[in-house]
Amino acid sequence: MRPDLPLFPSQASAMAPHVDALYFYLLAVSAFFSLLIAILVIFFAIKFRRRSEDEVPVGNEGSLKLELAWTVIPLLITMTFFVWGAKLYFRMNRPPNDATQIFIVGKQWMWKLQHQDGQREINELHVPVGTPVRLTMTSEDVIHSFFIPAFRMKMDVIPGRYTQQWFRATTPGDFHIFCSQYCGTKHSAMIGTVHVMEPTAFQAWLSGGSGSESLASAGSKLFQQHACNTCHRNDSQARGPNLEGLFGKPVQLQNGQTVTADEQYIRESILMPSAKMVAGYQPIMPTFQGLISEEGILQLVAYIRSLSPSPGSAAAPSPGGMAPPVKNSSPEREAPK
Amino acid sequence: MAAEFIPEAEPLHPRDNYLNVRYGVGSWLLTRDHKRIALLYLASITFFFFLGGLFALLIRLELLTPGGDLVQSETYNKLFTMHGVVMIFFFLIPSIPAVLGNFLIPMMIGAKDLAFPRLNLLSWYIYIVGAAFTMWAVVHGGVDTGWTFYTPLSTAAANGHVVATAVGIFITGFSSILTGLNFIVTIHTMRAPGLTWFRLPLFVWSHYATSLIMVLGTPVIAVTLLMVGVERIFHLGLFDPALGGDPVLFQHLFWFYSHPAVYIMILPAMGVISEVVTTFSRKNIFGYRFVAFASVAIAVLGFLVWGHHMFVSGQSVYAGMIFSLLSFLVAIPSAIKVFNWTATMYRGSISWRTPMLYAFGFIGLFTIGGLTGLFLATLGVDVHVHDTYFIVAHFHYIMVGGAIMGYLGGMHYWWPKISGKMYPEGWARFAALIVFIGFNLTFFPQFVLGYLGMPRRYHAYPPEFQVLNVMSTAGASVLGVGYVIPMIYFAWSMRYGKNAPANPWRSTGLEWQTTSPPPTENFPVPPVVTSEPYVYATESEVVG
Ligand code: HEC
Ligand code: HEM
Ligand SMILES: [Cu+2]
Ligand SMILES: [Cu+2]
Repeated sequence: MRPDLPLFPSQASAMAPHVDALYFYLLAVSAFFSLLIAILVIFFAIKFRRRSEDEVPVGNEGSLKLELAWTVIPLLITMTFFVWGAKLYFRMNRPPNDATQIFIVGKQWMWKLQHQDGQREINELHVPVGTPVRLTMTSEDVIHSFFIPAFRMKMDVIPGRYTQQWFRATTPGDFHIFCSQYCGTKHSAMIGTVHVMEPTAFQAWLSGGSGSESLASAGSKLFQQHACNTCHRNDSQARGPNLEGLFGKPVQLQNGQTVTADEQYIRESILMPSAKMVAGYQPIMPTFQGLISEEGILQLVAYIRSLSPSPGSAAAPSPGGMAPPVKNSSPEREAPK
Repeated sequence: MAAEFIPEAEPLHPRDNYLNVRYGVGSWLLTRDHKRIALLYLASITFFFFLGGLFALLIRLELLTPGGDLVQSETYNKLFTMHGVVMIFFFLIPSIPAVLGNFLIPMMIGAKDLAFPRLNLLSWYIYIVGAAFTMWAVVHGGVDTGWTFYTPLSTAAANGHVVATAVGIFITGFSSILTGLNFIVTIHTMRAPGLTWFRLPLFVWSHYATSLIMVLGTPVIAVTLLMVGVERIFHLGLFDPALGGDPVLFQHLFWFYSHPAVYIMILPAMGVISEVVTTFSRKNIFGYRFVAFASVAIAVLGFLVWGHHMFVSGQSVYAGMIFSLLSFLVAIPSAIKVFNWTATMYRGSISWRTPMLYAFGFIGLFTIGGLTGLFLATLGVDVHVHDTYFIVAHFHYIMVGGAIMGYLGGMHYWWPKISGKMYPEGWARFAALIVFIGFNLTFFPQFVLGYLGMPRRYHAYPPEFQVLNVMSTAGASVLGVGYVIPMIYFAWSMRYGKNAPANPWRSTGLEWQTTSPPPTENFPVPPVVTSEPYVYATESEVVG
């Protein structure tokens, strides 16, 4: 067996070289200070070693100048770490508008991933080189964390809410996906592979998928199955707000607050409708907690999102995957109890 | 700290010191002497240290190969959980404060005992009762939540004895609180005449800061664990979103205690190092007030940085930035201490006795641990290394390379006082060297593993990580040997060691100005303090 001894992870995302540059800066500063202290300690220990049992050296007087120097200089250096690190963090948390969406549901102990166009994968993720990809993630049970070392990217996957992160892959190849938040017995088996592909190969992979329907159209089916359309319609019988054009817009709430209708808000509106009441409506929407799976909710969110074509957004209805708008849904469905 | 010098190495009369004043189990279990209580703690934490070490050994053996082949996943998870719980709550938190602090604080301030001797004994019993609960859980199948007890895993999913373990930690917390309280009151009220705050040894300052954290922080972890128990038993929705709770709230509460708790583990060791470096350099400390106030600054700032454990938990970007900024600030007082210790050695008379070797080790390894803390406080880098072996390496550099080296250094330094016997110097130096080598071989490869992306708490791992893991396991075996040797020679020296003089190191510390071992009342004549601590040179030399 040839011993395999990697010392540095592959760099496969646009962010990776930036993180590494900062890391090397930290390494250089740390190496300097560790060596400085080590050399001084060893040098003093030898140079000033006790030569006779009775020797008593001259006492210290201290030095305010030195104290200030070794307070202020390290402080200034750490501030450079802070600013640089914060800048990267900010970028990591701000996905570009044109990012492709991928939805991830973690559960003990697997990753379920769905592409915008409906391809589903388990513990595997195919992505093209060069396209920004935004992950919207939630968990069905405990907290997990979605970690791709080659992308220098990690975010906790938390039950009951959505978290997001994004990346732009730069190097074709296969890389590890790890769950990095301890999540129970088979935590170390909650792993997978991300396949970074050339765009053409990726297109081929996408179309090779077995006629899966897009997320939004799966969502539109759920919308009818669960009779959401009995209330959410844009005719005179509507008892709930019209969801067309809702996504990304501010919503006026009954308590006077305004919130932006993002994924998190829509999820909450479905599972806990009374938590944030839309101004001017009665609290009649039933909760769907326990009735729709996390994946189903992601599909509903994708559907509602597709009702508001926003410029440049990857959520804009893709041809073929276009879901019927609300007004076309069958008006004669009965209302839920 | 000048006081009357007791003539050295007078042959001891029988029954004239705290060890031989009375015999029998009852005289130990009902003692109110802080020195005897310290030894009760010493025996208990030594047991837990080796128990925790045994778990660590099994963990490292499992990680020798990439496959999960030695034990089942479930067992592996229990091993690292129990390793963490035992080492942190039952060994490291009580280690220096409850053993050396208990023994030395009254002596260093010239007092007969702590302010509340009965409370001190009660603290030990509380600790034992807490430990018994946790041991019950260990024996009856263990617990597999990780020492961090993250929800909703711990409340809704984990299948071990979460409640028994949590109850054990909850109870033991009261032992910390009472010890902290006892120290604070003692330091405020029982200082010898002339012993002003700025004449206190730095060991006392660092324990004062530690006690503040114990008293202010521990109630939070107690309540948090109580909440975990309540949710687990009564299904009250506190943390589990399925019951309407907030899973991330737990992390805030947990780290609000547990970040300060890391300073409970390191501040006392810093106190030991200040004593050792001065004694074995025969010099007063460089920048006394800076070192003293650094302890207090660490204790205060330490309460404001808990969010740095949660940079990828979905907290707001701005919250992350504030926690990052504050984490850099908390590192500065630690740096100040390191610089001052180094400067103290300059033009000293440096003795290479074992305690000083541990101090050298401490300074080097704590520096690396602290500097890697800066990597973790740097947002963009922490996203990558969070929850990988990089974290494991970071905190072991501080807790094992720092705190345990400090503890061992302190044990060697004060062993003559505690036992009245000298330890064998040659063996002790050899063991110190073995510990240093074993330690670095164990934990340095973990930095590399962490940056490569190996997550922590993994039972099995991809084969390309094997070589580094083998190095780490090899190092752990060496380290284990390094810890067993002192155990043996300390025990050996109790019987066969040379009798220790009152002040074998010629230290100025007040605790050395009485016989070894001290009489029950510590000082036959209550001492009066007339000068600053650590005055080795004569007055004219200090000025000149
Ligand atoms: C019984 C009628 C009814 C049904 C059925 C119903 N809703 Fe609602 N829904 C409402 C009402 C009324 C509101 C506004 C009051 C509120 O915020 O709860 C609302 C609000 C919402 C909102 C927030 C809209 C906004 O403008 O902010 C969303 C999103 C939503 N519903 C989605 C759904 C989905 C998805 C379903 C099906 C799974 C569904 N609703 C089923 C009545 C209903
Ligand atoms: C010198 C200043 C220090 C800084 C800036 C610092 C910073 C950090 C940060 C940011 C983390 C979280 C990393 C992550 O989980 O992603 C961390 C983890 C940790 N640190 Fe430190 N640290 C410092 C000193 C210490 C000390 C003195 C100790 C202990 C004695 C310590 C023990 C720990 C432990 C135990 C963890 C991991 C806890 C866990 O997740 O299980 N650190 N440190
Ligand atoms: Cu996991
Ligand atoms: Cu911390």
